[in-house]
Amino acid sequence: MSFLALKNPREASVMAALTVGMVMAPFFFPQLLQQLTMLWLMVVFALTWDMTGGQMGYNSFGNVLFFGIGAYAGVMVQREAGFDYHTGFVVGVLAATVLAGVVAMVLGIGMLGLRGHYFAIGTLGLGIAAGELAGAWDLIGAGSGLTSPLYPADAAHGRSAGDGGQFFYWWMAGLAVVCFWVSRALYRTRFGLALNAIRDDEDKAEALGLPTTSIKIFAWSLSACLLGAAGAIAGNVIGFIDPKDVAFAGATFGVWMVLMAILGGKGTLWGPVLGAVIFHLTQELFWTYLLGWQRVALGLFIISIVVFFPEGILGSLRTRFPALFGVRVEERS
Amino acid sequence: MSVLLNVQNVNKAYGGVVANKDVSLQVKRGEISGLIGPNGSGKTTLFGSIVGAHPIDGGRIQFDGEEISSLRVPQIARLGLSRTFQQTRIFGEMDCLQNMRIASPMQARHFGQWLSRVPASVDRRADELLDFVGLHSKRLLKAGSLSFGQQKLLEFAMALMNEPKLLLLDEPTAGINPTLINGVVDRLKRANEEMGITLLVIEHNMRVIMNLATHITCLAHGEVLASGTPDDVRDDKRVVDAYLGAA
Ligand SMILES: Nc1ncnc2c1ncn2[C@@H]1O[C@H](COP(=O)(O)OP(=O)(O)O)[C@@H](O)[C@H]1O
Ligand SMILES: [Mg+2]
Repeated sequence: MSFLALKNPREASVMAALTVGMVMAPFFFPQLLQQLTMLWLMVVFALTWDMTGGQMGYNSFGNVLFFGIGAYAGVMVQREAGFDYHTGFVVGVLAATVLAGVVAMVLGIGMLGLRGHYFAIGTLGLGIAAGELAGAWDLIGAGSGLTSPLYPADAAHGRSAGDGGQFFYWWMAGLAVVCFWVSRALYRTRFGLALNAIRDDEDKAEALGLPTTSIKIFAWSLSACLLGAAGAIAGNVIGFIDPKDVAFAGATFGVWMVLMAILGGKGTLWGPVLGAVIFHLTQELFWTYLLGWQRVALGLFIISIVVFFPEGILGSLRTRFPALFGVRVEERS
Repeated sequence: MSVLLNVQNVNKAYGGVVANKDVSLQVKRGEISGLIGPNGSGKTTLFGSIVGAHPIDGGRIQFDGEEISSLRVPQIARLGLSRTFQQTRIFGEMDCLQNMRIASPMQARHFGQWLSRVPASVDRRADELLDFVGLHSKRLLKAGSLSFGQQKLLEFAMALMNEPKLLLLDEPTAGINPTLINGVVDRLKRANEEMGITLLVIEHNMRVIMNLATHITCLAHGEVLASGTPDDVRDDKRVVDAYLGAA
């Protein structure tokens, strides 16, 4: 399993610390379980956005579409397919993964022929349109949304009893881990190089014979699959799927995806992870201590990110201390 | 020698500007062929037509016996026809070695290749070629941080990585420090002799192309003005006029 190899001791220790944190946190802070679950959701958001936005240079402002499709698909399977709870949950996550991926593939065939800016503008409408459609579609609850089925142990004691919370925590944490390792492995392959080549100069990539359109569609679909799975899990964490405020929440989730990746450093593996952690912590703190002003504070925070860290935290560090990141600036023979 | 590239009566206009008018030329397998002409005479446009960068308005283009005039850029590239760009195109945020890796040839349909690392044999070849163009000591530097001349050399090395049958070079010496031009010419000749790559070179510098090519085509105002050996073309009065008129 060469892709598991951790040659860089710094990376290995960060990873070990994160793993310990991930495993211990629910036991030490059981009252924060939902916020912790949302933290891993944020990591998934940032990592999947960066697959196309950072690594490939295709900024999508519509990725929340895949999250929303996943949320609806997962919960619909749970409610309607007649499985027992756990089977329904797993089948729901898988259905969400596949459906989101297929939608991305179909959209990609139409939209990924567009170059950078045009693609970005094209994606802007996706989440909004989906929110309107879902809000008008009776089968999936239209404007009044969908409630996810209660976790069996919680059905007796109510939602906050905790067993369901634990269950969803481990699923979301597991998905974040899968996301991280898939990205890490992928960025080391020829496919990863091709993504960066498309970002740096797509005409040149074509001139070298790279099948750029297929590569772009595959990358977007892969990130959509992971987002779809995240949607199915998150639908259960939140418990209620509102078409515009939860599933296709472009103004919150949709924007945060982009911001977190940029904050940490887009186009790097660890940047989105770091950005998601910092963003989520900051946001929770604002919510707790600046109630009433939290949106203003968030806005100022976002502006300062863009002004002071245009390359993101990791990007700026890498420019300042390239040796730490294995980047050489001096020639050596 | 067999004909590797056969361009017949190609036409290309941008709106009202006729950039190529009934252009025909042949490149024989194994030779170094030159394409000259004043600025704006349609040389770069012809390269774009050949590699499929834009649709042509009329004419036929055959490469290695196959009609390619309706194929698209990546398909043509995979047949073994590569080009370098006049403005030089490299992947600026990637290091030189990564640039070389992604330029290495592969079968597009072989899916496993995409999801594995580039093999060590590719890295060895990349090292050899970076050494060949004198960039080995810079292999781990960001390509975007190289000087313009070095980026041109990197782009040339990337093209060699692709092991093309035919390589189209758009002004390989333009913007390069004059003291380094001989080195570039020497490497082009070696790529042709040692690696067996056929070259079609656009070159503005008459002295350079006379020394390099065995066959030269001269364009003016989008049309073929003259074609033949370097001596024929140099002595052709219309060529002299075109150059003096343009200067
Ligand atoms: N993309 C384009 N759009 C419009 N006109 C173009 C374009 N590319 C080239 N031209 C025009 O076509 C003519 C030939 O240009 P070009 O092929 O670049 O010449 P050369 O490479 O010989 O200097 C010029 O008149 C140029 O202005
Ligand atoms: Mg030109």
